[in-house]
Amino acid sequence: MTRQQVLDLYFMDARSKLIDLAAFIDRVERSQGKEDFRMAAFRAALAPLNHDAPEKARQVLLAFSDPNPEPIAAATTKAACGAWPGST
Amino acid sequence: MKYIEPHAHMVSRVTDDYVKITMAGCQAICEPAFWAGFDRSSVQGFFDYFCQLTEHEPKRAGKFGLPHFCWLCINPKEAEDVKLAEEVIAIIPKFLDGPNVLGIGEIGLNKNSRNELKVLELHVDLAAGHDQLILVHTPHLEDKLKGTRLIVDVLKNDKRIRPERVIIDHVEEHTIKLVLDSGMWAGMTLYPESKCTPARAIDMVEMYGNERLWMNSACDWGVSDPLAVPKTALEMKKRGHAVDAIEKLVLQNPTRFLSQCPKFKLG
Repeated sequence: MTRQQVLDLYFMDARSKLIDLAAFIDRVERSQGKEDFRMAAFRAALAPLNHDAPEKARQVLLAFSDPNPEPIAAATTKAACGAWPGST
Repeated sequence: MKYIEPHAHMVSRVTDDYVKITMAGCQAICEPAFWAGFDRSSVQGFFDYFCQLTEHEPKRAGKFGLPHFCWLCINPKEAEDVKLAEEVIAIIPKFLDGPNVLGIGEIGLNKNSRNELKVLELHVDLAAGHDQLILVHTPHLEDKLKGTRLIVDVLKNDKRIRPERVIIDHVEEHTIKLVLDSGMWAGMTLYPESKCTPARAIDMVEMYGNERLWMNSACDWGVSDPLAVPKTALEMKKRGHAVDAIEKLVLQNPTRFLSQCPKFKLG
């Protein structure tokens, strides 16, 4: 596809999702209390989006990922929370 | 368009879904063993589940002329209890000769714990000992990258495992290259809220080619869409992909991988 065709097909969808992201951040910032590690990871993941480097989706996924190579001692929960807490 | 659904948990779907996927062109459905949403309390619970996968669900699918195949294992979410896992793995060989059993899956990791890793190695040993295909589940979200690395290492370290007989599922942009470079197949799961959207899945096809790649809905009891594969085929069409290229991804590729088990036949 040409860049024009990509924009024609996906711009409105991406625009909508970007506004949703902005509204989510507004919602978090309007609310009371402290942010946790998830929001810190979220803000870090936003950083590569406005740079020229390629593979932005991969960079966002890496920003949320556990970088450690070793298995954890035991699984104490079944669920993932979306961002690495920074302690395993 | 004709397609194969290579990963769907139909025991948790309503019969109307069989109607929809059959009308959409599905030619065969493959069901890996998975977590029920709660932990089963004993090996007997797994015995009953394996009977459901090998006896009851094929009959349910058969009412719509749809061949149903399955994979057997104890899912990584229940693998922290190694003793239970050993008991479950011990009964799996009784089911392996079933006419719809394709192999061992979906095995893998969930939280990347030492016990999960031990149970993964037991499953890999089971598959190698019985010359079975392997379908691998990779962890969710923040655990996926680490888990995929650990899984690939386990599989590469067992020299009995031929990579072309393994598919590692739920890849995303940060794990797909690692899987494809290992010589194994990669599965992209199309979910509304996590894993891949249709647009991202097609991005990966365009970036990494379509040689050892399939797409699946992995529809289950959670937020998921049993029509995700044909919807993604439509998205490919909107992007201008040729009909032959779409058919390769949704029909020929899964057929090529799954036909390594001689029991896999389209109706």
